[in-house]
Amino acid sequence: MEKKEYTITVYTENQVGLLNRIAIIFSRRKINIDSLNTSPSEVDSVHRFNIVINETEDVVRKLCRQIEKQVEVLKAYYNTHDEIVWQELALYKVPTEVIAAEVQVERLLRQHGAHTVVIRNDYTVFAAVGHREETDKLIKVLEPYGLIEFVRSARVAIIKNSDGFHEKLKEFEYREPGTEAIENEYLDKHEEIFTM
Amino acid sequence: MNMETLTIKSEQKEKQESRRELSRTISGSVAVMEALIAENVRTIFGYPGGAIMPIYDALFDYNDQLNHILVRHEQGAIHAAQGFARASGEVGVVFATSGPGATNLVTGLADAQIDSTPVVCITGQVFAHLLGTDAFQETDVINITMPVTKWNYQVTDASEIPAVLAKAFYIAKSGRPGPVVIDITKNAQLQLFEYKGYQTCDHIRSYRPAPIIRKEYVEKAAHLINEAERPFVIFGQGVILGKAEEDFKNFIEKAGLPAAWTIMGMSAIPTDHPLAVGMLGMHGNYGPNLLTNECDVLIAVGMRFDDRVTGRLDKYAKQAKVIHLDIDPAEIDKNVKTTVPVWGDCKETLPMLTALVEQKLYPQWLQKFKDCQQKEEEKVIRAEMNPDNEVLTMGEVIKELNELTNGNAIIVTDVGQHQMVACRYAKMNQTKSNITSGGLGTMGFALPAAIGASYGDPSRTTVAVIGDGGFQMTLQELGTIMQFKPDVKILILNNNFLGMVRQWQQLFHEKRYSFVDIQSPDFVQVAKGFGIPGNSVTKREDLKTAIKKMLEHKGSYLLEVMVGKENNVFPMVPQGRGVAEIVLCKEEV
Repeated sequence: MEKKEYTITVYTENQVGLLNRIAIIFSRRKINIDSLNTSPSEVDSVHRFNIVINETEDVVRKLCRQIEKQVEVLKAYYNTHDEIVWQELALYKVPTEVIAAEVQVERLLRQHGAHTVVIRNDYTVFAAVGHREETDKLIKVLEPYGLIEFVRSARVAIIKNSDGFHEKLKEFEYREPGTEAIENEYLDKHEEIFTM
Repeated sequence: MNMETLTIKSEQKEKQESRRELSRTISGSVAVMEALIAENVRTIFGYPGGAIMPIYDALFDYNDQLNHILVRHEQGAIHAAQGFARASGEVGVVFATSGPGATNLVTGLADAQIDSTPVVCITGQVFAHLLGTDAFQETDVINITMPVTKWNYQVTDASEIPAVLAKAFYIAKSGRPGPVVIDITKNAQLQLFEYKGYQTCDHIRSYRPAPIIRKEYVEKAAHLINEAERPFVIFGQGVILGKAEEDFKNFIEKAGLPAAWTIMGMSAIPTDHPLAVGMLGMHGNYGPNLLTNECDVLIAVGMRFDDRVTGRLDKYAKQAKVIHLDIDPAEIDKNVKTTVPVWGDCKETLPMLTALVEQKLYPQWLQKFKDCQQKEEEKVIRAEMNPDNEVLTMGEVIKELNELTNGNAIIVTDVGQHQMVACRYAKMNQTKSNITSGGLGTMGFALPAAIGASYGDPSRTTVAVIGDGGFQMTLQELGTIMQFKPDVKILILNNNFLGMVRQWQQLFHEKRYSFVDIQSPDFVQVAKGFGIPGNSVTKREDLKTAIKKMLEHKGSYLLEVMVGKENNVFPMVPQGRGVAEIVLCKEEV
């Protein structure tokens, strides 16, 4: 099986130490986390993680099961690029004098969808939002003009196929959630993966 | 007891009663005691220290309801709690202080985690305002124990204690059991709070103890079994943990399935059951290993396909369709790809399966196991049981033990050659008879675990079979035996070597015996120093009498048996080979 970039979405309780418990699952197997984001979800008291790793599906599936096994994890999903809508935010710091002198820099930035965040005498900070290739490309573009600093945020992703997703999540607030809500997703996929 | 102490006792009791009934303002420490009593805890293994002193202070008043065993090292406390849990089927409870007290628990936690043993450890922690300041005896217990616990939690406010402990016990014992650490800061132990009573926990919204059973998979599994010509059942501790021994027996008996156990599953059915074909694994029996690669349907029940069981995975049961019954969804397809996964509690899935399987017998297939057994008998067992020289073997010691205990004892083993020999040859009639460190392979496990087991099921004889190496790792627990007088029979099989490592050095490292020639003290004298009587035998004619004397002695007793220095354990599936490449003697390695 070939390695691919997978985005893992984990719904959890908001508990101190849970980040470590989840991180350990990766580090124990010497798997590098490319990007990690934690944020609230649309449901009060339910937290969500977005984790990006580069691995085979077999490994990712096992990781998801281990994650879902943790007491404070509600659900874990994994998706490939085409199954999610995702964005990353990048910030670029460039000397202001260069931008003032070279008109085309302004044009390049606009072409790449960047916008100005801060303008000072010594430097200007631009922000760009998009996929990794896009934000990466802008680094290359700005390098000749004395790019001082670059930073990119973790990935935030929304799963495309999320019919009734919110409802499923809401069900966790009830004492007896339905079968669909609590069943381990990857066990359901068993037959797609292995045939008898 | 004189009148004066009686009056004091009854006064204490009155004080206690009134406190429990009238005053609802209690300290965090008293809340811990109330929680333990509500959870039916009767025995605690622990060791006091600075950061857990308020809890020990509260314990002083609950001494009549909670039996606290003062161990000699915190590792001893957790192994004892594991032994207690494994013998009783209940949750083992440990008290330890912060810092070194808590870090000494780590080995036992890892052991309990990998062997799915329900244990709740309550550790003291420095005052909350000192967290992160490198205070005296402060360690980051939560993060240290995170990878080796099913759940852990730090309490910094007394009002959290009842709910957190309720959760701790529920998590430890439900689903696939495991160890839980609750770290309580000293201020929370001392803090007074409004106590509203204790409520046991039976639900956590993010936690599913067992997945929902899918009937269609049970049906598919039954269909595969009914169609099979050479079905083979392999079972693990899940059968015991699920309290499904009877259901399992009914299942294999109805479908006529030969069944082999993993080391952790041993004793779930009597070892002499007509369908029992022996032990799996690196030093298991010849037939079960060899025929794993000849069966057409492999039915795994409550086991996790450990590498010591499977050998090389790409040569493991490739011809077979695999049915896997497990409560932990993460175990499905983890090591061996499953044809039909039957996830769920085997206490529920086994009867469902039994109802659907046809009544059958496989005499020819079963005969194959018997033929293998015969071959093993000739090539290995005969020489082990009836050696042609005067040097004692470990096997004949276990044989004598079997005869004298009738297979009714709890056998607690340490790790190494003696463990493999004991598990290969011990006779067991009842469930929960085999207590050993299976997954982690913790040397030093047996002595404290046997102490725990003797409290876990005092109605049975507990025999700790230990090697000369492992015994020296935790022999300080003889002090615990001296003080609290549990009845533990200690049987040391002394070959004057770290035998298992020596065997590997002989077989795979050109006999370069690197630091395996361990020297031992006079164990009988050591025991005597702790007030424990003992004996040492080297001759065959003395063996039976010596074991008999040990078993008949009232109270703990240590018997050392000097066995062959360079005896090897066979059969063996050498590391990196398939189960069918099992060898019967060193010439075949």
